[in-house]
Formats: sequence, C-alpha cells, structure tokens
Amino acid sequence: MATEVLMPALSPTMTEGKIARWLKSEGDAVHSGDVLAEIETDKATMEVEAVDEGVLAKIVIPEGTDHVAVNTPIAVITGNGEDVGADAASIAPANGRQQPTTADTPRARAPQPVAPETPRASRRAAAEEAEYTGVTRTITVREALRDAIAEEMRRDERVFLIGEEVAEYQGAYKVSQGLLQEFGTRRVVDTPITEQGFAGLGVGAGFAGLRPIVEFMTFNFAMQAIDQIINSASKTHYMSGGQMSCPIVFRGPNGIAARVAAQHSQCYASWYAHCPGLKVVAPFTGADHKGLLKSAIRDPNPVVFLEHELVYGESFAVPEDPEFLVPIGKARIARPGEQVTITAFSRMVKLALQAAEELESAGISAEVIDLRTLRPFDAATIAASVQKTNRIVAVEEGWPFAGIGAEIAALMFEECFDWLDAPVKRVTGKDVPLPYAANLERLAVPQVEDIVAAAREVCYR
Amino acid sequence: MATTRKGRPVGVAELDASPKELLGFYRDMLLIRRFEERAGQMYGMGLIGGFCHLYIGQEAVVVGMQAALKEGDTVVTSYRDHGHMLACGMDPKGVMSELTGRRTGYSHGKGGSMHMFSREKNFFGGHGIVGAQVPIGTGLAFAHRYRDNGLISATYLGDGAINQGQVYESFNMAALWKLPVVYVIENNRYGMGTSIDRASARTDLFHRGMAYGIPGEQVDGMNVLAVHEAGLAAAEHARSGQGPLILEMLTYRYRGHSMSDPAKYRTRDEVDRMRTEHDPIEQARQRLLEGGTDEAMLKDIEAEVRRRVAEAAQFAQDSPEPAPDELWTDVLVDA
Ligand SMILES: Cc1ncc(C[n+]2csc(CCOP(=O)(O)OP(=O)(O)O)c2C)c(N)n1
Ligand SMILES: [Mg+2]
Repeated sequence: MATEVLMPALSPTMTEGKIARWLKSEGDAVHSGDVLAEIETDKATMEVEAVDEGVLAKIVIPEGTDHVAVNTPIAVITGNGEDVGADAASIAPANGRQQPTTADTPRARAPQPVAPETPRASRRAAAEEAEYTGVTRTITVREALRDAIAEEMRRDERVFLIGEEVAEYQGAYKVSQGLLQEFGTRRVVDTPITEQGFAGLGVGAGFAGLRPIVEFMTFNFAMQAIDQIINSASKTHYMSGGQMSCPIVFRGPNGIAARVAAQHSQCYASWYAHCPGLKVVAPFTGADHKGLLKSAIRDPNPVVFLEHELVYGESFAVPEDPEFLVPIGKARIARPGEQVTITAFSRMVKLALQAAEELESAGISAEVIDLRTLRPFDAATIAASVQKTNRIVAVEEGWPFAGIGAEIAALMFEECFDWLDAPVKRVTGKDVPLPYAANLERLAVPQVEDIVAAAREVCYR
Repeated sequence: MATTRKGRPVGVAELDASPKELLGFYRDMLLIRRFEERAGQMYGMGLIGGFCHLYIGQEAVVVGMQAALKEGDTVVTSYRDHGHMLACGMDPKGVMSELTGRRTGYSHGKGGSMHMFSREKNFFGGHGIVGAQVPIGTGLAFAHRYRDNGLISATYLGDGAINQGQVYESFNMAALWKLPVVYVIENNRYGMGTSIDRASARTDLFHRGMAYGIPGEQVDGMNVLAVHEAGLAAAEHARSGQGPLILEMLTYRYRGHSMSDPAKYRTRDEVDRMRTEHDPIEQARQRLLEGGTDEAMLKDIEAEVRRRVAEAAQFAQDSPEPAPDELWTDVLVDA
C-alpha cells in the first residue's frame, strides 16, 4: 500500500523548510533507516530517514523547493504491505505550530534621570543612551548575539566563551555559529555537562582577570550552578571589601520554549533580579540584544543575560558599528501612548506591542515600556510614564508571586501613589508548573488578549 | 560471566538463555523499536511537541536489565525514557498519549515525553535535568534499605550525565551506607553532540566508582543476553547487602539526540556500521533462528507488535486534550 512521506517538523519551532536534496530517486528501494532527503530548517540541515519499507514511487516536491510547509506530502512510498496499522497517510495532520514573525519597532526614548536620596542598588540611573544614526543590517536576534560576542572577542583578548555544545556543535540554539572557526578552541570551549563546575570555573577565571562568557544551554540548567552565580560571583566584591571583582556574563535562553514542559520552561528573571551584586538584563529587539550583550561583556560586574528561545529567530535592524552599546539600566519606550502604561521584557514586549495595537483600534492609547534591564531597575522611566497615564499593567512570563510585577506594584505605592487612577494590574504566567499539553500550555502563559483585557480593566472600559 | 572487567567483548555463543526467554526479549525490544519509530513519525507530523528523545538502538539495555529485576524494584532514568517505561510494563497507549499531550497519558498530558511516571509499575520518571535522577535513584535505594524490603533501585544515566557532580555525591553516600542500587550507565558514546572522549578525562566509565570502592563492569549493551546476565549478577550483589554496583553498558543511539538534532558530529558510516553489525534486535533474531525458532513465529510477533503500536498511536490521536481546569490541579497535594 502507498504511504505518503510528509514534510516533517524537525524542531519544536519549525513550520516550514527547504528540500535541499533528494538522496533517493524514484524507483529506488528504501529500507527503514535509509536517508531519503536532506531538509534545511530554520536552524540546521537535517536528514530525513525512511520509516517504512518499500519503493520510492514518486517524489512530489523536487529538491531545491523552499518554504515547504510541515505536513505537506513530499514523496510516496509503495510498501510491501506488512504494516497492519494506521499508516502515515491515514493520520490526520495536526495544526502547524506557529512561529512568531517579526515587526521591528521604532526606537524612541524619554530619558528621565533620577536621583533618589538613598539610592537602592537596584534603582540607579544608567548612562545616557545616544540615538544611533549609523548603518544597520537586518539580522536575527541569534545573529545579533553572535556578532556581539565576536566583536567583543576581537576587541578584548581576555574574552572567551565556555559552555555545553558552544564550539563544535556551533551552539545548541546556534548562537555561537562560526565562533570556533574564528577564535579556535582556546577561546571557544566545549565543556562536559557539569554546570556547577564550569560556572564556578568561570567565576575563578573572572577573579583572575579574564572575561568569561558562560553559556547555559538554557537557564533551567543554571539552577545546577546558581550557588556559584549568587554565592561566588555576586557577593565576592562586597565580601572582599571591593578587592576582588568578577567580570563575567552568564547567558542563555530563559523562559518558555515550545512544548518542552515544566523542567525546561521557567522564567528566572525575578530570581536573579532579587540579588544585589548582580546585573540582570532581558532584552527584546535585535539592537538591544547586541548593544546590551556588548555592555555586559565590558561590564566589570557579573551580569545575568536572559535570552529567549522564541525570540532567537526574530529579525530586526541591528547597528553595525562595533562601538554601538546600549547602557545597562535603562528602559526603553517601545511605543509612546497616553492612557495606560504597559511594562514588559523579553518576548512579552512583542505581545505587549500587539496588545497596544489592538487597544489603539479600541480607542485606548497605550504606552509600552520595554524594561530591558531588571537590575538595576529603571524606576524613573516607569514612574514618569505612569505620572502621565495614571494606569499600569505589568506583564511577565514568570509566576506572579514575588515577581517583577510585584516589584512594580511596590514601586507604584512608593513613587506614584497620588497619580494612580486604578489599581496596578499584573499579567503573569499562571501559578503552576508549566504543563505540556498544547491547550494547557497556552492557558498557562500570558496571551495578547490577557494584556488587552487587563488594560481595559484599568481603563474601566 | 557475561561481562568483563577489562571490556573484552563476550561472544554471544558463550551465553545461554532459554528460547522462550529470548523470544520474550525479542518481543520487548521490537515493541520499543516500533513504538519509537512511530513516535518519530508522529513528531514529524506535529502531533508530538517539544523535545522527544528516541531510544532506537539501545533497546537491549533496558530489556535485558529489567528482566533481571523483580517485582517491586524501582526504576528511574533521564528524559530518554520511552523504552524504560515500556520495559517496565507500562501501557503503550498511556505513554503515546502522554507524548501527544492528551488526558489519557500517564501524566494526564502535563508532563510530556521527558516527564512520565507510574507508581503502579514503580517507575519514578522521566527526568529532564541531566544527572538529577542519580541522587533520586540513590534515595529510592535508601528507602528500600530503610524498610529492609529486599528491593533494589535501578538507576539509569548517560555517558554525559556521569560527569555531573551530584553523581559522585550519590556514589559516596550509596557506598557509605551500602545502599541497594545498581547504577546503569548507558554509554551511547555521545552526550548530545559531544563524543565521550571530548567530555570525559577517562572514558572507561565502569571505573568511576573506584574512589568509593564501588565495583564496576563493562557490558556489551547491544547484546540482550549479556546485559541480562550482568544484570542478574548486579541485582544479586545489591540485594544481598553488598552495596552499589556500576554497570557500564556499551551501546549506541541510531537517531539524533532529540528530534531536532542533525547529528553532524558523527559519520553516517559509523551509524550504519552499528546498525548492520551490532543491532540488538537483529542479533536476537539471528540467534532465535539458529536455535530453531520458526520464522513464521517471528513474523507473528512482528505483526502483533505493529498492531499494538498502531493501536497506541490511534488512541493517542483520538484521546481528548486535558480539560482546561486541569491547569490548576495537582500543584499541591490536598491536605
Ligand atoms: C543539567 C542539564 N544540562 C544540560 C541539559 C541539556 N541536555 C539534555 S540531554 C544532554 C546530553 C546528555 O547526554 P547523556 O547523559 O550521554 O545521555 P543521552 O542523551 O546520550 O541518553 C544535554 C546536554 C539538561 N537537560 N540538563
Ligand atoms: Mg549519551
């Protein structure tokens, strides 16, 4: 009986791909395990193996065809009739997984210097950020990060990258593509799966004056190493009376991905933002990823740099100038507005912008603030915005309890009490470990409609 | 003895097993193989999401090992867990519908491929964090000793996991307190894209307990009879109060690390060689045929296995997703 070979989804985020090459021709016999074709995905070129035995009767999609949607029939195998069960052709295709497409946002800002009498370590104003007017190139966030690392490695011989699969594999999420080839094994170092060990080793190297970039395959695995990040990296400068500092960047994807369930889907923003002695960054745009990572690498302190797997593939116009930096500690007005302030960071900025758009058509003008840095926290920008809009919705992917939104609520009490026309509203991940099932996962993480509903609620409309 | 302390290969001919026993191993391995092939296919169709790590190639390890355990012994492993669950006797329908995220799955759709459990079958997961199952398996052994129930813990880990610090903390406690645990290292030569010699200062992993006085043996993990025999001896050692033991199973995974791994770090040749020369299922099949088993019988087994897998796949697609209010259940035990 004939079986259709369908375009396979080869990664959690793939929706379409390119048939790079057929390795079998029509009429060839195929056995299970034979490589039928090579397919280019968003991340890599993958081999597709036959699962059924038989003859490759027809190639439906010729090689070289790009943008072939997942689940499209690409070939037909006529079998030897041994399969008694439902075969591939009779299984109803599932809904394609959606991948966010990108929309760049204009860079606008409203600098608001602050001078609190008793400066909290977490709320210090950052250096002024100059408007960038130079050359830009449209690249993905993944490439922006790679460029930032490469430029800083060229600039400073002390900078090196260490982590699991960063060298030969070119990064588990392909962030370090090409770095091994340019910088060699001395500076791009593959490690065993020993997070506490290599994070601690990075701290030691930092104490000794090197500038390590420690990549965690995801921040979920940094929990193995969190003792080194907090107890060793963040506290030593203080405990040594300022003698010993640790210029180190801990970076990797944070937050949810796609259907990878509770142990691989968690936002650590408020965990790290809680700790003095650290800087914590969670950007959204390509320019901010590049400019903030470069600042982080140059920073004399430990910086936790939170990326997001679902943002890696987004494209933005990114400055080319190797001296383009974004200061740590400054929020960014991602979209100016008048009636309600929406704060967000990392992937949630995208949702907040979409929500603002919907609110616009409902006649509500929302100001979206991309927090970018969570420690030190840019309280001034948020306060100035709320003193204008009188309402605020704080969005984050993480859990509500003691989250970034809770901190913002405290800030509102302390600095905007007299300006508020509605209670602070938080939109957060639900207070449960992240479920695997597609429908429950969607319910557990903030969606655009949740942000829209929250904004309407604080606007009483 | 089916195993060698120096890693010398052991000829299949030296091993005995009743044809009935071997036939059972054959069936169990085939079930895992066909189940995993189908899971891979369903992943490709978008029916399974996230990470999905297939066990294809390693079937002999868990099948031989589980057959050496007795009722009540506990099992814990990593995210590459589908084979372990089937070998523990868990229902393919329940496993497959967890993979599709449906309410009929072992975790009611909330755990997915990497996080599945069965109290009834004494399967304690399914853990997504590399190495984390090792102290947990040691704790299961602690409970066995505490209760003095004559049971043991089979704790599986990879050649990549073996370098995690918590593994050695576990070894120390297990040896110190003579806990009834067998650590089964599934050395498939790669931890994701990193070959063992690029991750481990010493690659003879069965020696890793030496500093704690834990004996270790290297086993041909592609030979289900060798695994079974080593498993029996190891289980006996642990059960009799002599403390932990390490079995290093030399095995191989045919597929990429997970569904999204292009596996460019090894040659197609290497994979083909393992597949054609060492395939655990093919080896068992040949031995059965040589021992006079009727080919028609093997065909019947194959058909039966395919039918079960097809049924599981159908069930996993037809079952409903969890009810939305399931989102809020199971966070804490009601007290
Ligand atoms: C603490 C931790 N670090 C990293 C990962 C990502 N990761 C998942 S599996 C894996 C490789 C493990 O290799 P091995 O122990 O040999 O097991 P195998 O996959 O070969 O069965 C890595 C690095 C993880 N899940 N947990
Ligand atoms: Mg391995």
